[in-house]
Amino acid sequence: MIEARGILVRRRGRRILDIDALAIGGGGLTCLVGPNGAGKSTLVRVLSGELVPDRGIVRLDGQEVGAIGAAALARRRAVLPQATELGFPLTVEELVGLGRIPHAGHATWRDDAIAIAGAMAEAGVAHLAGREVHTLSGGEAQRAHLARVLAQLTGTPSERAVLILDEPTSSLDLLHAHAILRVAAARARAGATVIAVLHDLSLAVRWGDRAIVLDAGTVIADGVPATVLEEELVGRVWGLPVRRLSGRDSTEMAFVPR
Amino acid sequence: MSGTARLASAATPVRRATHAPHLAALALLLAAVLVVVIGSGAIAIPPGRVLSALAASTGLGVTADPRDVAVISVLRVPRTLMAALVGAVLGLAGATIQGLFRNPLADPGLLGVSAGGAVGAVAIIVFGAALVPPSLRQHAVATAAFLGALTVTVLVKRIATREGRVLVATMLLAGIVFNALASAATGALIFAADDLQLRDIMFWTMGSCAGADWTKLGIVSFATAPLLLAMRLLVPGLNALILGERQAHTLGISIERLKRLAVVLVALAVGGAVAATGTIGFVGIVAPHLCRLARGADHRWVMPASALTGAALLAAADGAARTALAPAELPIGIVTALLGGPFFLWLLLRQRARLDGP
Repeated sequence: MIEARGILVRRRGRRILDIDALAIGGGGLTCLVGPNGAGKSTLVRVLSGELVPDRGIVRLDGQEVGAIGAAALARRRAVLPQATELGFPLTVEELVGLGRIPHAGHATWRDDAIAIAGAMAEAGVAHLAGREVHTLSGGEAQRAHLARVLAQLTGTPSERAVLILDEPTSSLDLLHAHAILRVAAARARAGATVIAVLHDLSLAVRWGDRAIVLDAGTVIADGVPATVLEEELVGRVWGLPVRRLSGRDSTEMAFVPR
Repeated sequence: MSGTARLASAATPVRRATHAPHLAALALLLAAVLVVVIGSGAIAIPPGRVLSALAASTGLGVTADPRDVAVISVLRVPRTLMAALVGAVLGLAGATIQGLFRNPLADPGLLGVSAGGAVGAVAIIVFGAALVPPSLRQHAVATAAFLGALTVTVLVKRIATREGRVLVATMLLAGIVFNALASAATGALIFAADDLQLRDIMFWTMGSCAGADWTKLGIVSFATAPLLLAMRLLVPGLNALILGERQAHTLGISIERLKRLAVVLVALAVGGAVAATGTIGFVGIVAPHLCRLARGADHRWVMPASALTGAALLAAADGAARTALAPAELPIGIVTALLGGPFFLWLLLRQRARLDGP
């Protein structure tokens, strides 16, 4: 459970994030949506403890994020960015192994090996273990990076784990985008706090259990995705009138410009 | 699909690659190189007699030819150990800087770190006579070399980094600038030097292990020990840094502390190495690269393996420098440049696509 209270972030005199109170817990996937520049990435960086806000406080299970040691924090909170460029070529297995760095001294190599194998299987990249990451397609590579963050959280009880995905599917094809969110949603439903920043509203409706709509640095709507993401709100916030088309049920929706 | 994959690999956990056997093999290779190099020279001594002479000089009660013992313990051992130690430091410093810059082209020689150290050393040679008592001369040279190396390392890192990203072209160009400035400064100092100092300076600019003795070896060990001993502390950070600074941070690594530690240790070690043997290029680029080719980029392997490989390479290069044109002796910097230049060119061609974009 992450709680943020009285968060204020300023850049060059402008308020880019102003959030009174926000609590995000496990049990379901939380999607963070909003137009470009709405403050989604800033919020994610504040929640992950990466950015210290100008004012306000972030608590992880009641404990202030800044007061948790760097390695201890890294064992229970992982961040998957949109894209990662490796400084040196690594195999998938070596990449996933990097997730075990904060566990040094807290896990045996056997724990590490099991965590790495489990994470690769969960992300569906076990068959790529020996491949070099730079030879993979963008989607496969992102799934390998997903396995890295899953390995990072292995050993932490689900309900204490926090997984933050910052636009994880932005450059992926349909198959890989859904594969990544399926894994994230499963982790969330198993009790972990999982927050995904998404641009594709259909993905938010399909996989999210909760949608938080951010605009100009503030939360303007929060609730079940299909309820929150109405035509009127989307048109107003994104500045583009849309028609919402429904599929078989309330998790299948498409947003098309009018 | 993922369900069956999970079952299959959860049953047989992946074997964590352990690097220990390969490191042990490298250490044995290094020992063999050292024995051969110690035995070669104007007086050739076969490996068996080298070993018994080494045993005799350490007081193991083995009888050996006293002439062998004299040649080996007074001349060849300190010199070969010096080459190995400097090679280890250059290899390890190369691996560290490359990890820090996240680029395999970074090298203490190319970035001007060694040249900065040389300027410091040469300045003390030329002006030190008036300032430093003779008994402290060698220490002053080492300290000045350290300060020169530290200055250049910090400046290059500052110039080539923007918002946490290393600009590779800028980094290499900054290296060219600092090498040019350093050679200008050395040139100016040469102009001011007398004949005796000139001979010393020539030795610095070309690099040589000649004149190594146990005192010099002691000073170099002192300067290089921190990097060799602290290698373990750098490994997790450098591994995390493969993912970039932001993600290394979310893995719990304190980037600023890692950078400060690495920069100071590298400058100290390279400064010490330069003070003893002058500027020797390319070891720092060749050794880590060979190690990455052999077993990948994991720093748990690359760091110790680069030290061992660098030691073997430079010891062998020193052996070649002593014997190739015997009785004349080549400066070792020329040997490493002859071997390392083409290697670097090959590396550059392989990296070309990445350097200049698609």
